[in-house]
Amino acid sequence: MDSALIPKGVKRCSFPQFSIGILIVGAVLLWGVYAMLLCWFKGLNQTGMNDSYGFALWIWADLAVIALGGGAFFTGLLRYIIGKDELKNIINFAVVIGFICYSSALLILGIDVGQPIRSWFIFWHVNVHSMLAEVAFCLSIYFSVLAIEFVPLILEQKQIDEIPFFHNLAHNMHEIMAVFAATGAFLSCFHQGSLGGVAGVLFGRPFAFREHLLVWPWTFFLFTWSAAAYGPCFTILLTKIMEGITGKKLVKDNVIDLLAKISGWMIASYMVAKLVDTWYWATVTAPSKGLTFMDFYSDGSGLYTIWIIIAELFIGGIVPAIILTNKSWRANKALLLIAIILAAVGVCLNRWVMVLQVMAHPVLPFEGWFAYMPSWQEVATTILPVAYGIILASLAYRYLPVFPQERELNPVED
Amino acid sequence: MKENHSNDKANKFGMVIDLDKCTGCGACMVACMSENNVPFKKDESKKLDSITWMHLYRLTNKKPFPDTEVCYLPRPCMHCEGAHGHPPCVSVCPATATDYDKKTGIVSQIYTRCFGCRYCMGACPYHARYFNWWDPVWPEGMENYLSPNVSPRMRGVVEKCSLCFHRYQLAMDKAYHEGRKELEEHEYQSSCTQACPAGAITFGDLNNPHHQVHKMVKPSKHGGKPTATNAFRLLERLGTNPKIYYLSSKEWVRRLGDNYLPEEKTGEIGNHQPKGHH
Repeated sequence: MDSALIPKGVKRCSFPQFSIGILIVGAVLLWGVYAMLLCWFKGLNQTGMNDSYGFALWIWADLAVIALGGGAFFTGLLRYIIGKDELKNIINFAVVIGFICYSSALLILGIDVGQPIRSWFIFWHVNVHSMLAEVAFCLSIYFSVLAIEFVPLILEQKQIDEIPFFHNLAHNMHEIMAVFAATGAFLSCFHQGSLGGVAGVLFGRPFAFREHLLVWPWTFFLFTWSAAAYGPCFTILLTKIMEGITGKKLVKDNVIDLLAKISGWMIASYMVAKLVDTWYWATVTAPSKGLTFMDFYSDGSGLYTIWIIIAELFIGGIVPAIILTNKSWRANKALLLIAIILAAVGVCLNRWVMVLQVMAHPVLPFEGWFAYMPSWQEVATTILPVAYGIILASLAYRYLPVFPQERELNPVED
Repeated sequence: MKENHSNDKANKFGMVIDLDKCTGCGACMVACMSENNVPFKKDESKKLDSITWMHLYRLTNKKPFPDTEVCYLPRPCMHCEGAHGHPPCVSVCPATATDYDKKTGIVSQIYTRCFGCRYCMGACPYHARYFNWWDPVWPEGMENYLSPNVSPRMRGVVEKCSLCFHRYQLAMDKAYHEGRKELEEHEYQSSCTQACPAGAITFGDLNNPHHQVHKMVKPSKHGGKPTATNAFRLLERLGTNPKIYYLSSKEWVRRLGDNYLPEEKTGEIGNHQPKGHH
């Protein structure tokens, strides 16, 4: 039915089969949209948040998808600026993932604020001292850059590509993509960093606060670094999931290996910095506020105990770093899969503690740990971008030449 | 924040709350809610989303009977000065919806500019900021008894204690009308101060050596740390530099005012100044 739209030389499932899949995910998306409308029309009383938990599941989701979507800017940097040419075979997909992640983050932010129609105040009445203002500016502009990076891929759609103007436009955009990749990397450094700064500047919250270098707390640099390190792992993970769903090999092993190796060394170097940061915070910063390291891990409910930092730093950091930096281990498909899953979990866990544990930890000595349970509306609106992402990625895969090596790896006999 | 006020005649309004006198009656909370049109819910059993600009904590020494001791601690917004007028909440607000007024020392909240991101709430270690999870609804007829001097807040914005700033404005209007630029101590008093039956709350200008609050705590010129015996501020060592001071003759109460390492003595936390934040 839609064969005229499918790229040349590749095979896709039947349109009814594709439609059923989209309808199932679409139902989940509608559930999320319903929850979103409830939040917009009835207000944030639809959530499980409270005055002690002003930042919760949504802000974590924002930070997590932006970190995971960091594969777009870092892969772009490696491909266009540093010149790792092999990565041209995965950059399209990295851009699609980045676009999905960043549009999701903007959507969640649009639901998360109490007065969404005033969101433009963040630009109009901007407070230049606020890390959140920096996030808003860089994130919005970078999303525009991602959209520009996405355009050539759309223009390469079979029917559009037949129109000479669009064909030439796509070609010319590819020629100057290094400029956008450089802009994207520059903006990403700031918004990823300022998202880290959101927590690091909170000098009233000893769990989050970090010492500063100039105007930036250490979390600024750690967040940028970790997004660059872990983002490519998420790109590889989604590529593997895509390969699993389609039953095809879409990217050659040498491309995956290169990205995994770079990611591994980035995670390893990030872990060194993160461990130094944790050590300094635990032995210098926290005691200067009258708190011991274990005060932050004494949650009676069992959630925020020492295990959470072990899970974040060891299981989600050191283990994937060791696997990915070892050539023979990352060549092992099972170990590679374990490493990229652990890495994705690790960075999400880091964003979780830097949002929710900050809120949960009692600063006043006469208060106890604060508990929070998300409402179904929060869960649904957090799943909403996942459903949207699956649909967009599916549409992109079906109709656009996302994976340049697909034809070569999966020859189709006409 | 951007205005360059002269600090020569700047006021620094604040409170001293004598915890030895506080009985925990809650009159300050009621007066505050009534004075400032603070909304309430039909069911107030879920306290974590109740709005209480003035909040009352119950502290105990955690000793078994008969050694159990209890202390009530009223907690308004601390109106922190931070370092050089940068309280924890003000510098984080992305839309400049909250501000530190160097003329009065009051941390304001502009309800019509706040878009409800709640970053300020996350930044405040005292939980002094509250979100309007619902639109305000008063029992039928009660809207006729709202204070005309304080605008009610809409759903989706943050609110907090303003140190009854409207009373300051009214007092200043009167003073200007009478050709004065300065207020007498009694002319500007917060509603909680006046409502306290035990006289536990004292309100005034911490910069003015003739005001009771100054005499009671003798704030140091650098950082405002109290020098009077038994005086303390909540979470002093975080560098928030609050303008709400407390008095207690009980060491265990003063110790609960801040976090201490086991080997540290109460009140001996050095001259830690906030560093690293801008």
